[in-house]
Amino acid sequence: MNCNKETIELMHNYLDGDLTSQEECDLRTHLEDCEDCQHYFHELKRAITLIKSAEQFAAPEDFTQKVIQNLPNEKKRVKFMRWFKVHPVLTAAAIFFVLMMTGMLSSWNTDSELVVSKQEELVVEGDTVIVPEGVTVPGDVLVKNGNLMIKGTIDGNVTLVNGKLIDDRPIDSQGLMASAGEVTGELETVDRMFEWMWYQLKDFFKGVFSF
Amino acid sequence: MDQFIREKIKQVKKGDQSAFGEVVTFYQDKIYQHCLRMLGNAHEAEDLAQEAFIRAYVNIHSFDDRRKFSTWLYRIATNLTIDRIRKRKPDYYLDAEIKGTDGLDMYSQLANGAKLPGEEVESLELERYIHHEISQLPPKYRSIIMLRYLEEFSLQEISEILDIPLGTVKTRIHRGREALRKRLRHV
Repeated sequence: MNCNKETIELMHNYLDGDLTSQEECDLRTHLEDCEDCQHYFHELKRAITLIKSAEQFAAPEDFTQKVIQNLPNEKKRVKFMRWFKVHPVLTAAAIFFVLMMTGMLSSWNTDSELVVSKQEELVVEGDTVIVPEGVTVPGDVLVKNGNLMIKGTIDGNVTLVNGKLIDDRPIDSQGLMASAGEVTGELETVDRMFEWMWYQLKDFFKGVFSF
Repeated sequence: MDQFIREKIKQVKKGDQSAFGEVVTFYQDKIYQHCLRMLGNAHEAEDLAQEAFIRAYVNIHSFDDRRKFSTWLYRIATNLTIDRIRKRKPDYYLDAEIKGTDGLDMYSQLANGAKLPGEEVESLELERYIHHEISQLPPKYRSIIMLRYLEEFSLQEISEILDIPLGTVKTRIHRGREALRKRLRHV
């Protein structure tokens, strides 16, 4: 190798993309004239090409798993959040259920006092609501947390929640409903949590469909 | 791809391990290979590559989002391998007695009848031969040559990964190329 270090320096700078166009021109002119340098330059470029073809290695198969196992514990909150992300439907269902249950419980528990629909004809005695004899009550009747005694007529549906229908004529014990024939609409008794829920739902959907 | 990694890193910063799992899967081959080329030993390479990822996870908050994650990750891995190489020398005296054995030394751990290193190299295919030649470079040239030509980082990025001035990177890459030119001219 007779050529000076400068040319070799130029070659390396060329390979690093550091040459100005003037220097590049100089190098090219020199390479055209000097076979030794041409050879040297070729060897350098070839070495680079060869390096790039070095054997490739892949990490062992369980590599990621091992790394994860050795990580410090993650925060619980993140775990929950991820679970929610993976199961969006269950999450929605769970949230819906929780909301519904709280709503239901509150509406179930808060009013343990007697609730009666507002018809002037109804008479309240303690926890018993009485439809007096010879009186016709217009519209639907709702009695909650109390009993209902029907002597007169109800012109509409009757809903009894958490209460019983009382008949003061003991002989007619089987025909309670029949004796309440004075009810022109449906008579419905609700005295369980789930029936109450069912009633609420039915009511809700009735409301929706009536629009 | 950059966007994908950036997104995952955000989740990792919130403490999400499964997002980190995806990051590991994405980089595992590159980092493992880098460690293997630096150390020349598969077992040690796996060990250190694992360690590199764990350190990245633990120190994720010191990673600046505006920079390239791969540069940061390679920096951790490279520092670990360089430390290991430095510490290694006193660890492996062939004639040191192995603890818990009765007079056995490291020579007894070498397989009998194995070809001499020189012969073995001759029988290797070209790819492996190149790998071997790279591994024969001094570590400070080897890391730069690998980062430049196998992992295709720019010189500026290499200067960040190794935390050395750009000028030093250039000097070393020149010498590394010279050494490889001499080694590979007869291939």
